[in-house]
Amino acid sequence: MSDVSDHGAPRASVFAGLRLTWTAGLAGAILLFWLVLALFGPWIAPHGEAEIISGTTFAPIGEGGLLGTDKLGRDVFSRLIYGVRTTMLLALITTLISFAFGVTLGFAAAILKGWFDVVISRIVEAFMAFPSTLLALVVIGAFGTSITVLVLTVGLVLSTGVFRVSRALGYDIGVMDFVEAARARGEGTWWILTREILPNSMAPLIAEFGLRFTFSILFLSGLSFLGLGVQEPAADWGLMVQENVGGLFLGSSAALIPAACIASLTVSMNLLVDWFQQRQQGETVLEKIDQ
Amino acid sequence: MYRIILTRLAQGLLTLLLASIIVFGATEILPGDVAAAILGQSRTEEALAALREEMGLNRPAIERYFDWLGGLLRGDLGTSLATDRPVADMIESRMWNTLRLALLAAAISVPLSLAFGLWSAMRAGGRVDKTLAMTTLALIAVPEFFIGLILMKVFAVELKWLSASANTRPYFDFWQNFRALALPVATLSFAVLAHMMRMTRSSVINIFTSPYMEMAALKGLPKRRLVIRHALPNALSPILTVIALNLSYMVSGVIIVETVFGVPGLTRLLVDAVTLRDIPLIQACAMIFGTVYILLNLLAYVLSIMANPRLRYPK
Amino acid sequence: MTDVLTIKNLHVEGRPPGGDYVPIVKGVSLNVRKGEVLALIGESGSGKSTISLAAMGFARPGCRISRGEVWLNGRDIMALPPHDRHALRGDEVSYVAQSAAASFNPALRIGRQVIEAPLWHGAGDAATLTAAAVELYRKLDLPSPETVGEKFPHQVSGGQLQRLMAAMAMSCGPDLLILDEPTTALDVTTQIEVLKAFRDIIRDQGTAAIYVTHDLAVVAQVADRILVLKNGETVEEGPTNQILHAPQHDYTRTLMAAVRPAPHLVDHIDPAAAQAPVISVRNVTAGYGALTILSDVSVDVPAASVVGVIGESGCGKSTLARVVAGLTPLREGTVILDGEPAAPAVRDRPRAALKDCQIVFQMADTALNPRQRIGDILGRPLDFYKGLKGRERAERVAELLELVDLPREFASRFPGELSGGQKQRVNLARALAADPKVILCDEVTSALDTVVAAGVIELLKSLKDKLGVAYMFISHDLSTVASFADEVVVLYAGRVVEKGPSKAVFSPPFHPYTKLLLSSVPEMRQGWLDGVADTSEARAASAASVVIGGTGCPFANRCALAIRGTCDTTAPAVRDLPGDLQIACHLPVGELPVS
Repeated sequence: MSDVSDHGAPRASVFAGLRLTWTAGLAGAILLFWLVLALFGPWIAPHGEAEIISGTTFAPIGEGGLLGTDKLGRDVFSRLIYGVRTTMLLALITTLISFAFGVTLGFAAAILKGWFDVVISRIVEAFMAFPSTLLALVVIGAFGTSITVLVLTVGLVLSTGVFRVSRALGYDIGVMDFVEAARARGEGTWWILTREILPNSMAPLIAEFGLRFTFSILFLSGLSFLGLGVQEPAADWGLMVQENVGGLFLGSSAALIPAACIASLTVSMNLLVDWFQQRQQGETVLEKIDQ
Repeated sequence: MYRIILTRLAQGLLTLLLASIIVFGATEILPGDVAAAILGQSRTEEALAALREEMGLNRPAIERYFDWLGGLLRGDLGTSLATDRPVADMIESRMWNTLRLALLAAAISVPLSLAFGLWSAMRAGGRVDKTLAMTTLALIAVPEFFIGLILMKVFAVELKWLSASANTRPYFDFWQNFRALALPVATLSFAVLAHMMRMTRSSVINIFTSPYMEMAALKGLPKRRLVIRHALPNALSPILTVIALNLSYMVSGVIIVETVFGVPGLTRLLVDAVTLRDIPLIQACAMIFGTVYILLNLLAYVLSIMANPRLRYPK
Repeated sequence: MTDVLTIKNLHVEGRPPGGDYVPIVKGVSLNVRKGEVLALIGESGSGKSTISLAAMGFARPGCRISRGEVWLNGRDIMALPPHDRHALRGDEVSYVAQSAAASFNPALRIGRQVIEAPLWHGAGDAATLTAAAVELYRKLDLPSPETVGEKFPHQVSGGQLQRLMAAMAMSCGPDLLILDEPTTALDVTTQIEVLKAFRDIIRDQGTAAIYVTHDLAVVAQVADRILVLKNGETVEEGPTNQILHAPQHDYTRTLMAAVRPAPHLVDHIDPAAAQAPVISVRNVTAGYGALTILSDVSVDVPAASVVGVIGESGCGKSTLARVVAGLTPLREGTVILDGEPAAPAVRDRPRAALKDCQIVFQMADTALNPRQRIGDILGRPLDFYKGLKGRERAERVAELLELVDLPREFASRFPGELSGGQKQRVNLARALAADPKVILCDEVTSALDTVVAAGVIELLKSLKDKLGVAYMFISHDLSTVASFADEVVVLYAGRVVEKGPSKAVFSPPFHPYTKLLLSSVPEMRQGWLDGVADTSEARAASAASVVIGGTGCPFANRCALAIRGTCDTTAPAVRDLPGDLQIACHLPVGELPVS
């Protein structure tokens, strides 16, 4: 064994032992920026969400509004600010839904085992036997496009992945000696779940939340881009891209700007999750050969 | 070993059956039924009842499910509600466009991702590795339509080197085909390349934490040999799974790419069907993609079983 | 004689995840002459493994050699460019790791891995090297030397793999061989043959070697010289004989004192007056899925006494503890706790029954929830079984900590802040919090250093005297059990082969397996290995591996005295012998092994 292991730091907080890097700082700043805009957007935006401010459509940057106008002559800048709210809120709700279902069922399957685990796992497997976009399309095809259908569908589709992660975590931690000790003491399922397993799965679950949030943004804006997600006149980044694609050939950036904004949000989130997980990755034997 | 494979095959079939129930169920448990969807706003109660009778919607759902499943197995995919044409014909005319995109993207991204993944693993901790890690981390978070639009803006709108429309004609020569397909194929490849590369790298690096890799390193073997001869055979199973997963993930990518570049493909057909709520078409498309997905995963599983000496040479 | 290896003023640092570099090795110097075996001994954290790897100019991931010179064959390899230094590994110096099962690449054939290093370093072509390897296999007494190279690692037993690893290390004809705890992961009965193979091959080839181990009895068999390490510093160095018999330094003396004498030399405890059993396991059969781990096992633990359960890995001793605790379901038989038949599953047992029988696990590291404070870990059973809350609970937690010789202040710490021995004490305190009648101790000292383990055993003894608690003490370490248990149960492949009072079990007549176990425990005496390795018992035992769940006597395939046609077909009945001894063997009493 490596002799270093004896110096293990106390694992009191999931954030223990993390050092801020410039990428993580930048990513955090970008996320914070968007969060502030999402919270205070309506007071910052110069124009209304669906307000037509100019007769010129696809006005370039600087003319009309700060970032030009879109295909109907609305202010791209204002719609962008309203859009961040829709985009982030919807992603947050879907992620929360996916966690509510995924974590509960995943841990339940890992702890209860037996037929419950078999049945749930099989059902989830059948759902996962489908590309997630396809699954969402089928449901939207059946129920039509509304925000409720959208959020529930995407939330449920994403919950299959959360289920898999939670179930694996529950199984891995569930066989550890300290859980066995609690079981031998006669503790009930609820205690074992909330006091023994959950506190020890916080770090991977937080990382998973970040990844699912990113995925959820991509998923929702993808659907909006196909015209199957958020509907007009609401402002949503994915929808804005879809509306203004035609302008690309007229030299307008009205489609590229919201697309870039989505990328800034998701890339930042990914960088942050990567930084959070960094501590688990150490050197490998390969690097030692060169030293 | 063959028993494991057969079991898995049976499981695959079972999953497919479950998937068909989900597809049928999701599209059948409509608020209002297919007949109502066809007649739309202008329906009268009499017309609705007549159409229901004609379409057999008054029969129990289970009976209709088995009719539908039987049709699928015979190759009868039903009739489109929107166009009144046989679904099979509509799909056939579109299938090639989608398949060509996916195959080209796979042919480019799989070898590239393996090569870059292994290269990155060999340089673990070095500048190449760190740069690639950062780039791919960003790439997997970027929406496909952003990549597509940027490529289109730069190469089609500004530079005018390539075509923004992926519509090909039978009389196109190689360069015309290339100009039309380069951008959609590139967009699709980017989307899966980054992910596959990262997973290849981490599967290999993961193997490097095993004592047998330290042992191999202490034999004085060079990095290339360590990665390719020692780590790769053990990382094969996770890598195959990831490749299968990403190839099937391409379905989502293809949907976006076909929309961005106006490809008249199968996924575009599906999106239109969803917009028009053309149920038989949705069901048929969903089953096709589902089958491809399940087959790919099955193939990856069988290959990884065959690569495992523990199963190939039992005690 | 010339030095093959000279290390001067070696400093190695290591970085725990997310922390700063801390020194692991602090200025150690040593030398190994041609044909000499130098043993590095010390407890965990002494830096012995790290030093042995540094002899190859190598540091594990997370560590770095910060200072010092490593002279191999007359040149300082730390002064070489990394590429040239790497080229020496597998050529001039080679390495044998602790676990062969983990050190062979599972995807490649054994023969290819054995000849890989010399093939790469250009020592010959594949055919010549394979022929040389077959010769090595023969010398190492491996069965079917011509074909073993064709196999994959999973097709070969653990003891054979360990010998194959020796072949892998020797195939390049190294000038220096590094053996890092090469027999620690093996069972005692497999260890002998491997140990002998290692020693013979080193002598045969005249290779210089560094042998890293914590086991002084093993050192006595193989080493010419010993270097004692503590916390990354040299404590004392000298010829084997001098270190073992006339240690100069206090720390070395402490190490020596912690070594227990061989099981048959221990002063056995006289059996106490018969008490009612607190645990009575009756004809229990248990397993996982289709696999049967325990077959028809019966064990009694009398109140306020210690029953040792011994056996090698896979014999089912841990499963026995789990069955008693209700963690593993039993298929047949009953478990009686304190006179009352207990429900097979823990969730069906009343709290009072659970309270009386507590379990302590082997790995102190994983048995404590890393996110709970010690106070909460100890407080929970107090609350759970007795309803203690607030100040009362805190007071009792403090008492428990003092009971296991830990300061009260530990209540506010997290497990990660404690050492291995301290964690095991907390583990014990958690069991004691319930005021149990009996504690199931599952290999509680196996993961600890000898000195720390000795402390824990002393603690167990004093707690027994103070509180009158009984133990079912499960261990693979015969010496510890012999010194401590009133009664002993010997398990083999899930069956009881012998049981009775400690004294009776560890003195003749023996069950053939008990005899093998006893003769396999290494003794501190130099030359002990030569006496035991070539006996017919040792050869019969190393010829086959354990088969679980067969017909007949489970030990028949490894027993030198097996009666063909009887032992391999019929399971022997348990026979009562004088002195409360019970032995399950077909041999007539007069033919049972005696010495």
